[in-house]
Amino acid sequence: MSSVQIRDVRKSFGGFEVLHGVTIPIEDGEFVVLVGPSGCGKSTLLRMLAGLENITSGTISIGERVVNNVQPKERDIAMVFQNYALYPHMTVADNMGFSLKLRGARPEDIKKGVARAAEILALTPLLDRYPRQLSGGQRQRVAMGRAIVRDPQVFLFDEPLSNLDAKLRVAMRTEIKELHQRLKTTTVYVTHDQIEAMTMADKIVVMHDGIVEQMGSPLDLYDKPDNQFVAGFIGSPAMNFLNGHLKSNGTVYVETDNGAKLPLLTAPAASNGRPVVYGVRPEHLELADDGIEAEVVVVEPTGSETQIVARIGTQDIIAVFRDRHEVVPGAKIHLRPRASAAHLFDKDTGRRL
Amino acid sequence: MSTIQTSLPQAAAIGEPSAWVRLKTNRNVIALWFMLPAAAFLILFLAYPLGLGVWMSFTDEKIGRSGVFVGIENYEWLWDDSIFWLSVFNTLLYTIVASAIKFAIGLYLALLLNRHMPFKAMIRAIVLIPFIVPTVLSAIAFWWIYDAQFSIISWSLIKLGIITQNINFLGDTSWARASVIIANIWRGVPFVAITLLAGLQTVSPSLYEAATLDGATSWQRFRYITYPLLTPIIAVVMTFSVLFTFTDFQLIWALTRGGPVNATHLMATLSYQRGIISGRLGEGAAIATAMIPFLMAAIAISWFGMQRRKWQQGSDQ
Repeated sequence: MSSVQIRDVRKSFGGFEVLHGVTIPIEDGEFVVLVGPSGCGKSTLLRMLAGLENITSGTISIGERVVNNVQPKERDIAMVFQNYALYPHMTVADNMGFSLKLRGARPEDIKKGVARAAEILALTPLLDRYPRQLSGGQRQRVAMGRAIVRDPQVFLFDEPLSNLDAKLRVAMRTEIKELHQRLKTTTVYVTHDQIEAMTMADKIVVMHDGIVEQMGSPLDLYDKPDNQFVAGFIGSPAMNFLNGHLKSNGTVYVETDNGAKLPLLTAPAASNGRPVVYGVRPEHLELADDGIEAEVVVVEPTGSETQIVARIGTQDIIAVFRDRHEVVPGAKIHLRPRASAAHLFDKDTGRRL
Repeated sequence: MSTIQTSLPQAAAIGEPSAWVRLKTNRNVIALWFMLPAAAFLILFLAYPLGLGVWMSFTDEKIGRSGVFVGIENYEWLWDDSIFWLSVFNTLLYTIVASAIKFAIGLYLALLLNRHMPFKAMIRAIVLIPFIVPTVLSAIAFWWIYDAQFSIISWSLIKLGIITQNINFLGDTSWARASVIIANIWRGVPFVAITLLAGLQTVSPSLYEAATLDGATSWQRFRYITYPLLTPIIAVVMTFSVLFTFTDFQLIWALTRGGPVNATHLMATLSYQRGIISGRLGEGAAIATAMIPFLMAAIAISWFGMQRRKWQQGSDQ
C-alpha cells in the first residue's frame, strides 16, 4: 500500500493538450474515483499512472518514488481493464498466476497465491475454466483476482463495470467496495457513472475537459458543488438550473425572467439585480400552495418515488417526490424550492456564489 | 397419419399434405437444392479430374492411345526408379526448407508491420508485390538474376572483389537447389506475412497492456500472448504454404526444368515431364497420385494441431 501524488500533470497528443495541469493527492488506502464525461482525460490520467502513456510534464509519484520514467512493471500497480483483458488461451488459474510466473515464483507459491485470491472472490470452482466459459460477472472477478494475486501498491480500475448489465453492475459495485474495505489497498477507479462514484468513493475527483473541477467526499460534492458543472454532474436526476436575477429588498430571492420568485436564505452582499443561475435538486422541491406555478408535462412513477417534469414559463424543471401525489399531465401545480438547499451560481463563470 | 414425420407440428392439424408438398417444404431437400451448384462445380472440376488421375495411374495410357488396367505396375516401376526417389527427396527438401524460412521471415515481417510506423499502408502494399506478380514473370526475373553470364549477383560480388568468377547458380546441383528455394521464399513470404499480420491485428491491444503490467518483457509478451493466440492462424497459413510449396510447378519449370541432372526435379515437374512431354500418361499420373499421401499427412498434422485448442471453443467442459 502506498500514497500517490499527481502534481501538475499535463498530457499532449501531438500538439493537442488533453490534460491541462492536474494535481490530485491520494492518501494511503484511499478509494479515489475519477469521474467525468467521455473525453475529459480521466482514462488517460489512469493510463499515465499505470505507465501505459508517458507524461508530458508534471510528476506522478507512488509512495516516495517519482515514477515518471519507471517501467510499468516496476511500478508495482495492478490494473483492471474495461474489457477485462483476460488471456483467452489461459485458464482462470493461469490468468491469475501469470504475473507470479513472470516474476519467477515457484509453482507451489503461484498455486498458493492464486488459491488465496480465488478464495476471496469465490472463484475456486472456476479455476480450470477458460475465459470463454465464464459469464460477464465471473470474468470481471477473474480480472480483479489477477490484480489481487500480485498484492500491489495501488489498484487501478478503468471503467470495470461498464460492460455488465444493470443488476450485475450494482452487485459488483458492492463487491468492489467490500474488497477495498477488506484489503485496504490504495485504489484509483475511473468511471463516467456518477452513481458509481458516489457509492464507492472515499474521494471523488470530478474532471472535465482536462482539468479537475472539484474534489472531495461524495456528500461534500453533493451539498456544496464548486460550480455549475459539478452541480449538474453529481446527483440523479440532475440539478435544475433556472436563470434569473438576484433581488434583495428586505428578503433575498431570485426572480426568474417570467416573474417567479425563488427563495434564498442568504445572498452575496451588494448584488441586487445581478444575473445568476439558481440551482435546486429535484428532491428539494415540494408541492405547496405558495410555490411557483408550473404545468405538469410528464409523470414518471418508479414505485419508490415519482418523478415529475414540469414547465415554468419556457424552462423545464424536474421534481422528485417520495409521497404519491395525484398529478396528471397538463395539471397546474405549485412547486416550492427548499431555500436551505438552494445553490446560486454566477451566470457567466458558473462559479458558486 | 401418425406415421408422418414432419418438422411442422401444425401440419398434422391442417391435414395430410401431398408427398410433393412435403418434398417441397422439407428443409433437407431445400438444403440439397441450395448445395447443388457448388457441389456440381466441385464434382466437375475437382473430384472428377482427381478420380480420373488416380484411375489413370492404374492404366498404361499414353497420349493418343487409351490404356488398359495394369494394376499397380506403374507404382512398381516407380519404386525401383531412382529419379522418382530423387524427386521425392527434392520435394521434401524444397518444401521443408522453404516453408520453415517463409514462416520465420513472414512472422518477423508481420510483427514489424504490426507496429506503428510512418508509411505503414504503403509498406504493407509493397510487401504484397512478390505475391501479385505472375509466377512466370518473377521466375523469368530470377532466371536473369541467376544467369550464368549476366547474373547481377555474380557481377556485384566480382566488383566488390569477393569472388573472381561467375557463380553457376542454375548449373551446379547445390546452387540450383538453393536458388530455386530462395526464389520460392521470395514469392511465398508475402502470403505468410500478410495473413499473420491479419491474425496479429485481431489480438486486443489491452492484452499486451495487461501483460506489460503483469511484468512481461517484449519477448515474454511474444512467447506467452502473441504466439499462442496466433497458433490457429499459423496452422492454417502454414498448411496452405506447405501445400502450395509441395505442389509447386511453375517456378521450377520456368527456372530449371528440373535440371541440372534432375537436382531440382520436384514430383510435380517430374510428373509433367513423364506424363505430358514423354506422353506416358499412366506413369505421370502415378507420380502425381504419389503426392496425395504427403499432402494428406500435412493436412492431418495441422487439423489435429488445431483441434486440441480447447480455449477457442465456447462450450462448457
